[in-house]
Amino acid sequence: MTASVSAVRVVENGLRQDWRGVKIVWQRELIRFGQDRLRAVAALVQPVLFLYVLGTGLSSLTNDSTGGVDLKTFMFPGVLATSVLFTATFSAASIVWDREFGFLREMLVAPIRRGSILVGKALGGATVATAQSLIILALAGTVGVPYDPMMMLILVGELFLLSFALCAVGLVIAARVQQIQSMMGVMQMLILPLSFLSGALYPVRNLPTWLEVVTLLNPVTYAVHAIRSAVFDRLDAPAQALAQLNPPLEWFGWEVPIVAQLAVVVALGLALLWFAIVQFEHTE
Amino acid sequence: MASINDQQLPSSVLASPNGDAPADRAIVVDGLAKDYGSLTAVDGISFDVAPGEVFGFLGPNGAGKSTTIKMLCTLADPTSGRAWVAGFDVVAERIDVRRHIGLVFQDTTLDMYLSAEQNLRFHAELYGMPKSVVAQRMREVLEMVGLWERRSSKVQTFSGGMRRRLEIARGLMHSPRVLFLDEPTVGLDPQTRSSIWGYIDELRQREDITIFLTTHYMDEAENCERIAIMDAGKIVILDTPDRLKANVGTDRVCITTDDDLRVIDALAEQFQIEAEIHDGLVTFGVPDGEHFVPRLFAELGMPIKSVSVARPSLDDVFMEYTGRTIRDAEATSVDNMRNFITAGRR
Repeated sequence: MTASVSAVRVVENGLRQDWRGVKIVWQRELIRFGQDRLRAVAALVQPVLFLYVLGTGLSSLTNDSTGGVDLKTFMFPGVLATSVLFTATFSAASIVWDREFGFLREMLVAPIRRGSILVGKALGGATVATAQSLIILALAGTVGVPYDPMMMLILVGELFLLSFALCAVGLVIAARVQQIQSMMGVMQMLILPLSFLSGALYPVRNLPTWLEVVTLLNPVTYAVHAIRSAVFDRLDAPAQALAQLNPPLEWFGWEVPIVAQLAVVVALGLALLWFAIVQFEHTE
Repeated sequence: MASINDQQLPSSVLASPNGDAPADRAIVVDGLAKDYGSLTAVDGISFDVAPGEVFGFLGPNGAGKSTTIKMLCTLADPTSGRAWVAGFDVVAERIDVRRHIGLVFQDTTLDMYLSAEQNLRFHAELYGMPKSVVAQRMREVLEMVGLWERRSSKVQTFSGGMRRRLEIARGLMHSPRVLFLDEPTVGLDPQTRSSIWGYIDELRQREDITIFLTTHYMDEAENCERIAIMDAGKIVILDTPDRLKANVGTDRVCITTDDDLRVIDALAEQFQIEAEIHDGLVTFGVPDGEHFVPRLFAELGMPIKSVSVARPSLDDVFMEYTGRTIRDAEATSVDNMRNFITAGRR
């Protein structure tokens, strides 16, 4: 029997070590996503259905009211947002799977702060969701949205921020829910209202006042508005029609600038992530 | 079983009042207790483990073994008492404790969809291993458990025994000072069980490591240098397997003869031994069977056709100290376990 064994005493400490933890958890999400082609394809079905089937079908009703703008063009930014809504929350929910199959414990006993694991999960989920939305982004030309490189970059950035915030939502729920089955239920219950009350598929301006208040509390609303503004800025269509389809987002009559809208998304994401981390600190 | 040097056995060392852990102990536990609601899972236990020792926790399911391990691994907060692992306080210095321990749990904690190698790499990153040593160390631990050839296969394709071996390899990746094995062989077939023990034995010869394990298999506990028997949250007795068995007293000697009744009379007359016939064998108990048998042959003066000497088993030891068999103890603790699980999830 050989007697020589390299003894490895771990010396690294603190933030640098936590960051390595974040990176490897992040990387694992990407590896797992890369292995699962079916998941990638399945996640495309719904946005494509919304865009081409629902969009085409409803446009026969709305042609007169959209001022010459194709309904599919209007829906495109919303469909982008909805697509990450599903992928991001479910990516984060995978931590419930990790718990069920024991792998979460391997992460929780590691000599790093638990926050690093959740940050890694959120960044991983956001990356996966954003990567997924690239395919829908590639369909822009088929619904009358130009392939403007600057616009594409802005959209990818905005989608990433939205995905990150949504991953944080998923993690908060995952901290509380122990079973995969109930996780699925809670997600369904949350995702549809978040998407219907965000202005993704129709303008929310015409909703009753109390519902309009709800839309202003929904982080997805801000992301949808920012994404739609980036697209509409580059459309060749009557300004009046565009303004009517994408009315400015206002807080008590004050028009919220795009930067502030994105800040709302990020702030909500960070607050929820912090909340999830606090919850996980007390998990055994 | 390796013989134990008496000087090496630690006497009960309690932590000094100012809270510093004795530096020469791998594990020090002082009055550790854990309540889950009204259920006391661990009831104020104290013991310590010397560096390089293989220390076993033996007891029925629900005795508090796993809860003790959870507290030592910083996964559960003690209700009262203190403990130090590798010189670090399990409550105040969690991260330091975690860095110096390896863990193999009862239930698998591998990512089934990653390869063996990817699982180890993930571990190496989480534990902050210097990048330059990861590849070499990975090869060493995988070769040790005989999985080097399978390193690229997904864990999904591994048998139960292979998964357990991979977990042991992973627990060793970062060269922990103390390796915790919670029921390392539970649910495995006898052949795999004995091969796992082979690895543990090899490990202890090769690495500078203390091993703390729990088991409820009596025969496995004999692989330990010292054993603490746990029942209902308390340590009933703590000693070497040999001495525990010696405390139980007598070895059991069975002989076959041509005339059993005459032999029984002769035993009573010459050796003052009361013998009985069980399953067609003349059976009796003596303190030191191995040394008694030669005397028996020399002095009995009657032909003996066969002889067997059985040392007391740890089953007998458990019986001696708790007044019940390990099976009985498990049956009564099922209800406790149920409460325990509900409480733990809350």
